[in-house]
Amino acid sequence: MDITAFRLFLKRLFRRKLVLFGAIVLLAVVLMAIAAPLIAPYSPTGMRVTQRLRPPSMTNWFGTDEFGRDVLSRIIYGGRASLGIGMAVVCASMLAGTTLGLLAGYFRALDNIIMRIVDAMMSLPDILLAIFLVAVLGASAGNVVLALAIVYTPRVTRVVRGSTLVVRELPFVEAARVLGVSTWRILTVHILLNVASPILVQATFIFAYAVLAEAGLSFLGAGVPPEIPTWGTMIASGQQYADRAFWVVLFPGLAIVLAALSLQLVGDGLRDMLDPKLRKAL
Amino acid sequence: MFAAIARRLAGMLAVMFIVATMVFFLTRLAPGDPASLMLGDQATAADIAELRKTYGLDQPVVVQYLLWLKEIASGNLGQSIFLQRPVLQAIGERAEPTFFLALFSILIASLIGIPCGIVSAVWRGQKADQAVSGLAMLAASIPSFWLGLLFIQFFAVRLGWFPVAGYGDPGAGLAQRLYHLILPATVLGIVNSALITRFTRASMLDVLSEDYVRTARAKGLPENRIVLRHALGNALVPIITVVGLTAALLVGGAIITETVFGLPGIGNLVVSAVLRRDYPVIQGALIVIAGIYVVINFTIDVIYTLVDPRVKT
Repeated sequence: MDITAFRLFLKRLFRRKLVLFGAIVLLAVVLMAIAAPLIAPYSPTGMRVTQRLRPPSMTNWFGTDEFGRDVLSRIIYGGRASLGIGMAVVCASMLAGTTLGLLAGYFRALDNIIMRIVDAMMSLPDILLAIFLVAVLGASAGNVVLALAIVYTPRVTRVVRGSTLVVRELPFVEAARVLGVSTWRILTVHILLNVASPILVQATFIFAYAVLAEAGLSFLGAGVPPEIPTWGTMIASGQQYADRAFWVVLFPGLAIVLAALSLQLVGDGLRDMLDPKLRKAL
Repeated sequence: MFAAIARRLAGMLAVMFIVATMVFFLTRLAPGDPASLMLGDQATAADIAELRKTYGLDQPVVVQYLLWLKEIASGNLGQSIFLQRPVLQAIGERAEPTFFLALFSILIASLIGIPCGIVSAVWRGQKADQAVSGLAMLAASIPSFWLGLLFIQFFAVRLGWFPVAGYGDPGAGLAQRLYHLILPATVLGIVNSALITRFTRASMLDVLSEDYVRTARAKGLPENRIVLRHALGNALVPIITVVGLTAALLVGGAIITETVFGLPGIGNLVVSAVLRRDYPVIQGALIVIAGIYVVINFTIDVIYTLVDPRVKT
């Protein structure tokens, strides 16, 4: 993509102010997580027993938690784990879901088997399936990623299969087939490139869901071990102090809302732009 | 028509079979021997061997699997390790709060979502649409447990309007019990309203571009009559589907909200089972919850087949 095309892409994507807002917030949250050691005012694990549960002030903008740790610094560092887990879930579920979706959409024989398994998995609520998988696999950051990737793979599979079913009937795919292009190449080049937009849109939404689900699992005590600061573990450990120190619960939650909202806004913008049916109407 | 229904029934059974298979084999992946887990650290090798025999754990996995399928098919979900009672009974005892919570939540979500979706579709692309879409996305971005904690702090602790947690004292009347569900149902209703808003908007947009809506406009019918009678009437079918399926997912998906508000429901049962590794309860609850979803889905499909002549496949 050359620079002009990229500029046009951005211009169209940000035509709606809310999408621009989402993109700016998302960028800020991601940069904050990456640059955590540079911008966090304190260490995320530094305990100061004399400073327990201090309200927000000039020295601790978001107050301190039950061990006197700076809440803002923990949120900044917590973003690394929360967003990192979300990103890993997106990559894994995209890879698995796209593969399964392409196979189901292209090979009729596989369609029935794959889609029945997808139906079975989607008959269970996301969080229930996730907590079951974490219970079976054991609670660790890696297993939370694995469990959530398994939970979200069926969604991707459905979307990719649907698009593949449409694209495989288009004349250019038939032409490629007649010309003797190998099935592998048809799948990975001709079809994959044409179903890339719905995959991209799904990726942003699954990122948002994964951030929310990770927080939920950590809150239930079936997620990331409590000693790792994530936005979810911060709320979980802070909840018993919520009546005396609302800030230990309020700010990590706001971080989750901002991250999930910005991702969904960007996803919505991408969908509006990439879905030709909607674009025609706009 | 009967062929279509029979096909759906077969599909439903296939899905349940896959769920059961998945649940069985995934549970076997769990580290540790279930028998020694059940008996705890103090157990002797002889005790463990005895228990393995009682539960059929000494049999090959395939035999265990077939036995488990047979038991499920006959409606026996096994015995809870910690609760000392059949899993189905334990689930039954916890069903009431979960059922009412799902019901009230979906009512609140529909009361918010359907009008918002209509407004959004009618004023498409305008300020109202953008505001509603933005709010819907905000609602979908809020972790339910966090909103629950904030609501408890504000409405229960500060203002004292609602109970902080629980489902009433033992022996509390139905009204008292349902009073405990107002806050949790509001939280779940708000969070789930986003999906219904989006769905209503999409469904209304589809219908509003139909020929009969144009005809109604050409006839000079008042706009609110066109929207509420002609368009909404037809848009409601897919909306009711999404409402039904969301309600079904809420039965098992309210785990987090039940935990925050200390409601003794099915979700709470699952969480304590997970934390105690009470595998029969986890397995049984998953089967029941998937079963409820699949049955609701099947019912909606059958109603479609019966009322809509266009649905053939």
